[in-house]
Amino acid sequence: MYENKRLGLLYCLPFVIGVALFKLFPFAMSFALSFTQFDLIEPPKYIGLDNYREMMTTDQLFPKSLGVTLMFVALTVPLRLAAALMVAQVLNFKLKGINFFRSAFYLPSILGGSIAVSILWRFVFAKNGLVNQAMIAVGFEPIMWLGDESYSMWTIVTLNVWQFGSSMVIFLAALQNVPTSLYEAAAMDGAGKTTVFFRITVPLITPVIFFNLIMQTVHAFQEFNGPYMVTEGGPLHSTYLLSLYIYDQSFKLFNLGYGTALSWVLFALVATLSAVAFYSSKYWVYYAGEKERS
Amino acid sequence: MSANANAAAVGAPSVVDRYELRKERLNTTVRYTLLIAMGLIMLYPLFWLIGASFKSNAEIFTEVGFWPSRLDFTPYIKGWKTSTEYTFTRYFFNSFLIVIPRIIVTVISCVLVAYAFARFDFWGKKILFSIMVATMMLPQIVLRIPQYIMFQHFDMLDSYTPLILPSAFATDTFFVFMLVQFLRGIPRDMEEAAQMDGCNSLQMLWYIIVPLLKPAIISVIVFQFIWTMNDFIGPLIYLSSVDKYPVSLALKISIGATEEVEWGSVIAISVLALLPSVAVFFAAQKHFVDGVASTGLKG
Repeated sequence: MYENKRLGLLYCLPFVIGVALFKLFPFAMSFALSFTQFDLIEPPKYIGLDNYREMMTTDQLFPKSLGVTLMFVALTVPLRLAAALMVAQVLNFKLKGINFFRSAFYLPSILGGSIAVSILWRFVFAKNGLVNQAMIAVGFEPIMWLGDESYSMWTIVTLNVWQFGSSMVIFLAALQNVPTSLYEAAAMDGAGKTTVFFRITVPLITPVIFFNLIMQTVHAFQEFNGPYMVTEGGPLHSTYLLSLYIYDQSFKLFNLGYGTALSWVLFALVATLSAVAFYSSKYWVYYAGEKERS
Repeated sequence: MSANANAAAVGAPSVVDRYELRKERLNTTVRYTLLIAMGLIMLYPLFWLIGASFKSNAEIFTEVGFWPSRLDFTPYIKGWKTSTEYTFTRYFFNSFLIVIPRIIVTVISCVLVAYAFARFDFWGKKILFSIMVATMMLPQIVLRIPQYIMFQHFDMLDSYTPLILPSAFATDTFFVFMLVQFLRGIPRDMEEAAQMDGCNSLQMLWYIIVPLLKPAIISVIVFQFIWTMNDFIGPLIYLSSVDKYPVSLALKISIGATEEVEWGSVIAISVLALLPSVAVFFAAQKHFVDGVASTGLKG
């Protein structure tokens, strides 16, 4: 029965139609639109590379937004993965109530993408908010998190790092698969905890680190709710991520041609970084069983 | 060397054991302290939100403590009424009008496609599977504008169709991938037996595959529920009439609607807006950890 090729294709048909209609066609169309001027009323007008030229020359907001986006990704992804790995390492132990802790740390990942939590974050970082009160309590000067362009980035970075639970669960599953015999052998040889962590644990879970790294990077480049609701891109565009800029250009100013061109720059960035990660993976990602072959 | 260490350990079991035990106990205490401290810091904002929902506008901005000085439900009542012509009854109802159909079509389409990928052999399977994995990494943001233009072309703007229809075609490829991986890990013994009993492929899917996939399907439902409830940019782009707004959009306009924002009401509604997701998450806890084996045997 499973050899029936028509039947298999029949069951796969929703995906074949869906991917063509809602992924591949729009993908090609957005590429084509990025070379046009289009406002939804007049038909698209071909203008060659003008959209891209404008980004490189006259558009002042694009370089700002690009820089802010790169900064956001460069802060969010490593911090989030580090937090996830550290907490997973602490949790990876014969603890009573491990499920309770796992759920508690997972909860922010469930709720963090919501508008309600974005609203909450405005209070967390308000002038008299939780963070400032805590800072005063330990003797620091309060900071105008939402009003000062040199600190505003941290409000949306923390909102994303706070959601490390989803990566943590994946790390925890990987840690539990590391054979205990390796830890015992290392202990026999007198290896310290830090050595064991960096020489045994980390190398063995590199495939999972790799997976999390890619998925989190793709995700971080598209972050929208946080900057839209918490900081509204400001102050002085200090949190104006490309996703916000694309939204404003496309759905507020109705420059859909320019919007698609911007989204293609974002796509090119994500694709390049993923390609680098994939290419470099053979140097740092360990797959069990490969060592024997070489 | 390890042999020597073993011998030494065997030679003096009691001392080593007692030392090891004490070290382990200390270790456990340190871990618990760390975890509890981290958990408290992480979840405190959520507790604060609940407390603040009972506070007065002035108290919200000055009081970091959890306990409100009063237990006043006025913010909830005021917030529920909203400053628009609709109440949050309408907005919650709208949210479910999007979430429930979307979950149903997602599960059906993704299970069918995952079944095809995990069990059947057909022309183009390898290429299609690679395309599926690639689209998981394709930023949705690139597709958004063309999709908008398409839905405008089909005259589907300001309806729930753009938010639901793509999911009916297994375009949430993350779920397909998850189901395929899950299904690949299940041995085919039961299916072979069923086939000998004369099951056709649809009966096989319904009586064998779906029960086996139950834990994975529950994960799909939970994730799709929470992600759709949280979805903001989708409704923001496609919906223009206030009477069609889901909770996420209604919350957003509750801030911009009036000059003087009633923060107490906004916070109260935020608490309520989070409740469905929290409830679904905790209700599904057990199934999240349910293994393949147990359901396979029960089914």
